[in-house]
Amino acid sequence: MSLSTLNRKLLRNLRETWAQVATIALVVAAGVAAFVALQATVDSLQGSRDRYYEEFRFGDVFASLERAPDPVARQLEGIPGVTGIDTRLVAPVRIPIEATTQPPIGEVVGLPPGGDAPLNRVLLLEGRMMEEGRADEALLLEPFARRFGIVPGDTLPVIMEGTLRQVRIVGIANSPEYVYPAPPGGDAIPDEERFAALWMDREAVAPTFRMEGAFNDVVLRLGPGASLPAVLAEVDRILDPYGGRGAVARDRHRSNYFLDMRFEQLSGMATSVPLVFLAVAAFLLNVVLSRIINLQRGEIAAMKALGYHNREIGLYYGKYVAVVVLLGTVGGFLLGGWMGQGITSTFLRFFGLPLLEYSVPASTFIPAFAVALAFGLVGAFVALRRILRLSPAEAMSPEAPARYRPSFLERLGLGNLFGTSGRMILRELSRHPVRTTLSSVGVALAVGIIIMGRFSMDAMDFIIDSEFYLASREDVSVSLVGPTSDRAVKEVRGIPGVRFAEGLRVTPVRMASDHRSRDVPLYGYPDENRLRILLDGEGRRVPMPVGGVVLTRTLAEMLGVEAGDTVRVRLREGRADERTLVVTGTVTQAFGLQGHMRLEDLNQLLGEDPAVNQLRLALDRGSYPEVERRLSEMPRVMEVTRKEQAVARMRALSGDTQRVLVLVLSLFGAVIAVGVVYNNARVALSVRARDLGSLRVLGFTRREVSTILVGEQMIQVLVAIPFGLWIGRILAGLLAGSIDQEEYRFPLLISTETYAFAVSVVLAAAVASAFLVRRRLDKLDLIGVLKTR
Amino acid sequence: MTTRSADSAKAVLEARDVTRTYRMGEVDVHALRGVDFALFQGEFLVLVGASGSGKSTLMNILGGLDRPTSGSVLFDGKDLARAGDRELTEFRRRHVGFVFQFYNLMPSLTARENVALVTEIARDPLAPAEALEMVGLGHRLDHFPSQLSGGEQQRVAVARAIAKRPEILLCDEPTGALDYRSGVVVLEVIERVNQELGTTTAVITHNAPIAAMANRVVILHDGEVEEERRNESRTPASEIRW
Ligand SMILES: Nc1ncnc2c1ncn2[C@@H]1O[C@H](COP(=O)(O)OP(=O)(O)O)[C@@H](O)[C@H]1O
Ligand SMILES: [Mg+2]
Repeated sequence: MSLSTLNRKLLRNLRETWAQVATIALVVAAGVAAFVALQATVDSLQGSRDRYYEEFRFGDVFASLERAPDPVARQLEGIPGVTGIDTRLVAPVRIPIEATTQPPIGEVVGLPPGGDAPLNRVLLLEGRMMEEGRADEALLLEPFARRFGIVPGDTLPVIMEGTLRQVRIVGIANSPEYVYPAPPGGDAIPDEERFAALWMDREAVAPTFRMEGAFNDVVLRLGPGASLPAVLAEVDRILDPYGGRGAVARDRHRSNYFLDMRFEQLSGMATSVPLVFLAVAAFLLNVVLSRIINLQRGEIAAMKALGYHNREIGLYYGKYVAVVVLLGTVGGFLLGGWMGQGITSTFLRFFGLPLLEYSVPASTFIPAFAVALAFGLVGAFVALRRILRLSPAEAMSPEAPARYRPSFLERLGLGNLFGTSGRMILRELSRHPVRTTLSSVGVALAVGIIIMGRFSMDAMDFIIDSEFYLASREDVSVSLVGPTSDRAVKEVRGIPGVRFAEGLRVTPVRMASDHRSRDVPLYGYPDENRLRILLDGEGRRVPMPVGGVVLTRTLAEMLGVEAGDTVRVRLREGRADERTLVVTGTVTQAFGLQGHMRLEDLNQLLGEDPAVNQLRLALDRGSYPEVERRLSEMPRVMEVTRKEQAVARMRALSGDTQRVLVLVLSLFGAVIAVGVVYNNARVALSVRARDLGSLRVLGFTRREVSTILVGEQMIQVLVAIPFGLWIGRILAGLLAGSIDQEEYRFPLLISTETYAFAVSVVLAAAVASAFLVRRRLDKLDLIGVLKTR
Repeated sequence: MTTRSADSAKAVLEARDVTRTYRMGEVDVHALRGVDFALFQGEFLVLVGASGSGKSTLMNILGGLDRPTSGSVLFDGKDLARAGDRELTEFRRRHVGFVFQFYNLMPSLTARENVALVTEIARDPLAPAEALEMVGLGHRLDHFPSQLSGGEQQRVAVARAIAKRPEILLCDEPTGALDYRSGVVVLEVIERVNQELGTTTAVITHNAPIAAMANRVVILHDGEVEEERRNESRTPASEIRW
C-alpha cells in the first residue's frame, strides 16, 4: 500500500520536474543515439560488405603480370593454402565518350563462357549476360552506367589496343572488386565518372589483346590457416619470369583498400566519438541529478520523519534516476536507429555496396543503459547521502544559513571592478567551487565536441590546400600510355595555351627495409621542377637528392627508416632487380606512401633512355578546352585530369560524412549546453528564490534580477569557453589519431571559424536556456518570499 | 472610515474601500473587507491586530507588492491599484522602504553591501556607512549576515530601507523574530529614523504594547478597521515592556 503511494508520488515528482527530466533525458538520448547510430552503421556496412564479398567470392590474393601461358595456373594452384584460383584477362582501355571533357578510362575483364567467374563473381543488376563468342557485347560497371545514364541496349565506344570498337552494353553489373571504382595507378582517387569496368567474353576478346592461351591477371582464394606472406612470396616467385608486378593481399587491393580506409575512419569514429558522448552525457547526468535531489531535501526529510528507511528513500530515487535514464536510452536508441539508417544508406550509396543489410545491434542497448544508469545513480546517491546523514529535523529546516566570504577576485583587491550585483554573482559562484567547476566542465565539453565535429572540414581544407595548391602547381596532369620519350614534353609545351610543362616518370616498386616492405610508386622529377614541389613539415622546400631518394614521412615511419638510412628497392618494370638507395630526407604529405627522386636517376635505375609517363601542365586562363582537345588527339595520352575536378571530387568524397558529423555533434553540443545551463539556472532559481524575490521587493526590476541569475550562468559559460577550445583540440587530436591512415594523414589544424562556430552554438544554447528560466522568474511570488525564513 | 488628524497633515498614501480576496481552492478568503486608511506626512503609525486580521495584506497593498481586489490606493495622485508591474517596481524603488519579520538580507553581501544594493539604484541616497551608523552598526560594516545577530540583521534591514530616503517606511512585524532586548533596539532605531529624517512610518505588529510608541494607532479586526485613535502622549521605545 505504502509502496504504491510512493510510486504515485514518484510519478508526480517526475511530472513536476518534467522540464528537468526532459533536458537530462535529452542529454542521455544524444549520447546513446550517437553510440547506437555509429555502431549500427559500422555493423551494417561491414555486414553488407562481408556478405557481398562472401557470396561473390572476392579473392584473397591478387596479382597482375605481363603475360603467362595458361599452364602456369597449375603451378599457382599447387601453392599450399590456395583453395580457389581464377586466371584472367584484364586489359586497360579508353572510352572516348563525348559526354565528358576527358575520356574516362576502363578495364576489360574477361569472363568464362556463361559469365560465371569462379572468383570475383559478377552481380548482374540489369539486362543479361553477353552471348558466348561475341566480342562486341559487354556488361558495364553500375556506378559509371548510372553516372552517364547508360542502359542495356546502348552502345559504347571503346578504344582497345589503339583500335576504336563499338561495344553493345547488354547488362549493368557490379562486382566486389569494383565497389570503390578506382582507376589503376598510384595515387588515383576513386571516381565513378572516370573509370569503368567492362566484362566481356574472354575467348572472344583474347585475340584483341593477344592473350589466347594466356593470362595477365590472377585471383586466388585461400583456405583457413593459409600463410598469407608465404603465398604472396610464392606467387611472386612463380610469376616473376612472366613480368609479375607483385602479388597483393586484400588490404592492398585497389577497391578494398579505399573501402577499408573509409571503414577504418568510420569505425575509429564509431568508437571514439560515442565514448566521448556517453561519458559526457553520464557526467552531466551525475551533476544535474545531484542538484535536483538537493532541491528535494525537504521532501526527503519529511519521508524520513514519517518513518521511511534510508533504503526505501534510496530505492525511490533510484527509480527516479532509472526512469530518466530509461527515457533517455529508449529515446536515444530509437533516434540512433533512425539516424543510423540514414547514415548507413548514405554510405552504402557512397560505397556502391549492394545488398543493403541494416540492423541496429540490440547488444548496444544494455551497455548504453548501464553506463548512463551507473553515472546517474552515483550522482543521485552522493547527493542523497549528504541529506540522509542529517536528522529529519535538521533536514526539514532549510539548509543552514549560507556562509559567504569575499571571492578570490575580491581578495586580490579587484572587488571594486564589480558592482554589488556583480559581487553577489562572484560570491555565489565561489561558494560552490565544485558545482561551478563541474558546470564549466560540462559547457567546455560541449564546446569541445562541436570543435571535434567541425575540425575534419578544416583538416580537409588544409589537405587540399597543401596537396593540391601548395605542393602541386599544375592545372592539368596527363597520364601517358607507357614510358615515352621526353620529347613529348617539348611537344606539349608547343600547344598554345600551355604556359609550362614538365614530365615525370612514375614506376611501381616494392620498397623494403629489414623485414618491412611496402608497394609504392616511385616518382622521378626533372631537375628544374617547378610544378611539383616537395615540402617538409614546416613547409620548406626539400631539395631533390642526387642519387638518393626522399620518402613521405608516413612511408619512412612504416619502413622504420630515417634520413641517412638505406632502403631496398625492387623494380616492377624494366629490369626486375633489386637496388639499394640512400634515403636523403622525408617530406610531409597528407596522401600517399611515395618515394621521390631525380628523373635522370630513375631512368638510370630502370635502365631506360630518358623517358616520362606523366605530364604536368600549367595553362593560361581559359585555354583548357583547347588544350584538352589537342591532348586527346595525341596517341600516347591515356588520361587527362584537371586539378579543379580532382579537388571537387575530393570534397564530394568527404562532404556528406562531414556534414552529418558536424550536424550531429553540433546538436549534441547544444543539448549539453542546454542541459547544463537550464538545470543550473532552475536549481539556482529554486535555491535562491527568496533572495531574488527580496530584490524585487526592494524595487529591482525584472531585468535587473534576471541579470543576476542569467549573469551567474553566463559567467560559468564564459569561463568554460577557453577551456572548451582546449578540450576541442584534444578531442580533435583523438579523432585525427583514430583515423590516421597509412596514406591519409590528418593534420591537427583547427580554423578560427571552427572555434567561432563552436562558441556561437554553445552561447546561443546557453542564452536560450537561461532566458527560458527567466520566464519563471517573472512569476516569482513576491509575498511568499517574505513569509519564510 | 478615515479620520483626519487634528493638525490635518497631508495624506501621503491613502487606501479607499480596499478589499482583497484570496481564492483558496473552492472557498474565498476575505483578507480585507473594505478598508479606508491613510498615512499622513511624517507620522508614526502602528497598525495592530490579531494574527490573520489582514495587516500584512494591507501593508503589501500599500507598499505596491500586491494589488487590491477592489478599491483604490492613492499615491501622489496616482492609483496604485491600477498600476502595472513596471510602475509598482518604480514606486517601491523610489518611495518605499520595507522592513520584514525575516530581514530578507542577501546572505552573500556584507552589511554595507546590502545597503549599497539599494543606494546604487536610488536617486539621492545616504551613504551606506551613514545609514548603518544611524542604526548603530557603524562598527560592523563588513560583516556578512551570517556573522550578525538577529537584531543586528534587522537593523541592517532598517538601514537598507531608509538609505534611499524613502517617503514611507513600512515595517511588518519587525520584532517578530527577535528577543525582547533586540526588539527594543530595533524599535528605537525606527523611532529615530522617524524623528530625524521625518520619514512617514508604519509599523505592523500583533504585539499591543508597541502601540504606545505611535502618534496614531489603527486596529484591524477580521479585515476591517475596528478602531483608530491618537496617542496624546507617546511612550519612547526604550520604555516599552512586553
Ligand atoms: N497568499 C494567500 N493566500 C490565501 N490566503 C491568504 C494569503 N495571504 C493571506 N491570506 C489569508 O488572509 C488573511 C489575512 O492574512 P494576513 O494579511 O497575513 O494577516 P496578518 O498579517 O494580520 O496576520 C488570513 O486569513 C490569511 O490566511
Ligand atoms: Mg502578518
